[in-house]
Amino acid sequence: MKLRDLSDLAFRNLREAVLRNSLTTLGVAVGVASLVAMLSLGVGLQQLATSRLAKSGLFDSIFVTPKTNLRGPGGGPPATRTPDAKARLLDADARAEISRMPNVIEVYPQIRFFTEVRYDGKPYATMVAGMPESSKASGAFDGMQGHFFSSPNADEAILQAEFAKELNPQTSSLIGKDLILRYAERQSLGAQGGDAAGSGGFSVVPKERHFQIIGVVETEPASGFGGFGSGRLLIPLPIAETLRAAQVNDLRDILRGDSSSDKPTYSSLTVRVKSPSLVEATEAKLKDLGFSAFSLLDASKSLRIFFSVFDLLLGIFGSLALAVATLGIINTLVMAILERRREIGVLKALGAADGDVKRLFFVEAGVMGLFGGIFGTLLGWLIGRSLTLGTNIYLHRQNLPGVDISSVPWWLVLLSILFAVGVSLAAGLYPASRAARLDPVQALRYE
Amino acid sequence: MTELPPAIRLESVSRQYTMGESVIRAVNDVSLTVSHGEFLALLGSSGSGKSTLLNLIAGLDRPSSGAVLAHGKNLSKMSSLELARYRRQTVGMVFQSFNLLPRMTLEENVELPLRLAEVDRSERAARVRDALQRVGLEKRIGHRPSELSGGEQQRSAIARALVNRPKILLADEPTGNLDSATGESILTLLREIQENPGMTIVMVTHERTLAERFANRLAVMGDGKLLSNGAAR
Repeated sequence: MKLRDLSDLAFRNLREAVLRNSLTTLGVAVGVASLVAMLSLGVGLQQLATSRLAKSGLFDSIFVTPKTNLRGPGGGPPATRTPDAKARLLDADARAEISRMPNVIEVYPQIRFFTEVRYDGKPYATMVAGMPESSKASGAFDGMQGHFFSSPNADEAILQAEFAKELNPQTSSLIGKDLILRYAERQSLGAQGGDAAGSGGFSVVPKERHFQIIGVVETEPASGFGGFGSGRLLIPLPIAETLRAAQVNDLRDILRGDSSSDKPTYSSLTVRVKSPSLVEATEAKLKDLGFSAFSLLDASKSLRIFFSVFDLLLGIFGSLALAVATLGIINTLVMAILERRREIGVLKALGAADGDVKRLFFVEAGVMGLFGGIFGTLLGWLIGRSLTLGTNIYLHRQNLPGVDISSVPWWLVLLSILFAVGVSLAAGLYPASRAARLDPVQALRYE
Repeated sequence: MTELPPAIRLESVSRQYTMGESVIRAVNDVSLTVSHGEFLALLGSSGSGKSTLLNLIAGLDRPSSGAVLAHGKNLSKMSSLELARYRRQTVGMVFQSFNLLPRMTLEENVELPLRLAEVDRSERAARVRDALQRVGLEKRIGHRPSELSGGEQQRSAIARALVNRPKILLADEPTGNLDSATGESILTLLREIQENPGMTIVMVTHERTLAERFANRLAVMGDGKLLSNGAAR
């Protein structure tokens, strides 16, 4: 029999026992819904974690340091050191060269310095950190009080919440107020003894600069990535660079004799690439250029493994309901064979082959699976949306920004429907074979 | 010139069933030949084996021993797929209880063998109409079996049996569920079909009088054996 005729007959048969078949289909739908809801949570949480981590810049970033720095002060006096043939100074030229590398979207130094802030006539000691413009998209500034820097060159400051509370427990009243940053500016003394590359050192000049407080934020993105601890007063990175504030590594440079150059040198640079998948190759190229490079790629791999296992477990739990639903399909079709025994006999007497009867029951099982799959996917999506809605209501009450904890991508829709049809066909295997094996003579005698 | 094989030939056909420790011989060593265009009535009391013999001729059952040949082809040697094709193309069947599918209209019931034979959809409507016209039910085409009388249901079953233009029509007690007048009209119809377009008919019945009036030949069975075989009139 042709597929179209088989489908016609199958639909007709399903319509005949509409209540029973609808309930069976609903059973499949509930099974698929449970599977889809579970997996949508898994996928949603994975996407949430991945996007948060991607936004934080941890997994698409490479931390670059000069190789000489990593030897530490124990490397001996400069004159006695054997220079690494490939080791290079991490200066402005190196920064420009790294910026030109393929797939690199941003290169910026870690600028953090310990200094004094005056607010309302009182001094406060704190750590200042320069924030690149890209950190706005990190997610750490979502839901902040106030706003992000109006421009990369604005004399504006964002306070970390704990530090802001030290200035004024009513943190919202700080926004719009001015504070004074008192810092030590590093001024190069130039080379001595005609040795351009020698150790000239630098002087430290006290300076002040006014900043307007424009926001208060809970956490700093990527804090501690450079190993300096969290910044509690955040200013735009280009401004932080122009301050030329003396940092911890400046003293180390003096000890090593690397401090004479007029060009800025960096203790470290953060290199961001287009996607986490490009980190490994870029890291290798940076090492070839003579720098030390480090990334959190391994941590990212571990995260992916964790979510794969998490999804698998959710999928297994979600499939349990579908397994129960398959028993419903088997039961429905076995009942249908008993009820339609005589009809099967008539079909065989009229010339239906065993295969025709088998395919007819298969199509009926497949149709129930198809409709159950479509309806179940829709139901699973609705459950996922409801969970997201409930979570967001809770987060809103806690004054936290909303998140999307469930996601039903197209591959999940297709996979769920195909899975439902596949499972239903498997469930129809036994009843279909049983129907096909019926003896037509016995079936025709059946009342 | 090569002589055509008979429409049906049974060669020492036996069919036995095992029930527990006892063996029931439903058909016991029956040999019979039915010529082309012949109307044979198989008579006998209940349990005489006539319906079993009809099922063997229909290819619904296989003999325990012996051979059933239809148009020269040995059904015993056919695979189940070949037997299904034989039932679709060579024979049409009519039953005592009509066996129309109750949820289908008359048109859909009659169309069923055409679906099984994968006849093109464009051809089907005309063939269904022709078959129903042949049995005088073209005006009841959209009715369900429950809306028809017993006689009309049997006529519909005959239309369904004829729609694939078979060479042999097998009828198992076609008048068993009908009153005598309706039964007679059904047999008249079978007789007309036998003559035009010309068909071999084997009918199982226990109504000797009707069989003598309409069939060409009577074969009487008892205890699975063929007791007599001769011309009806």
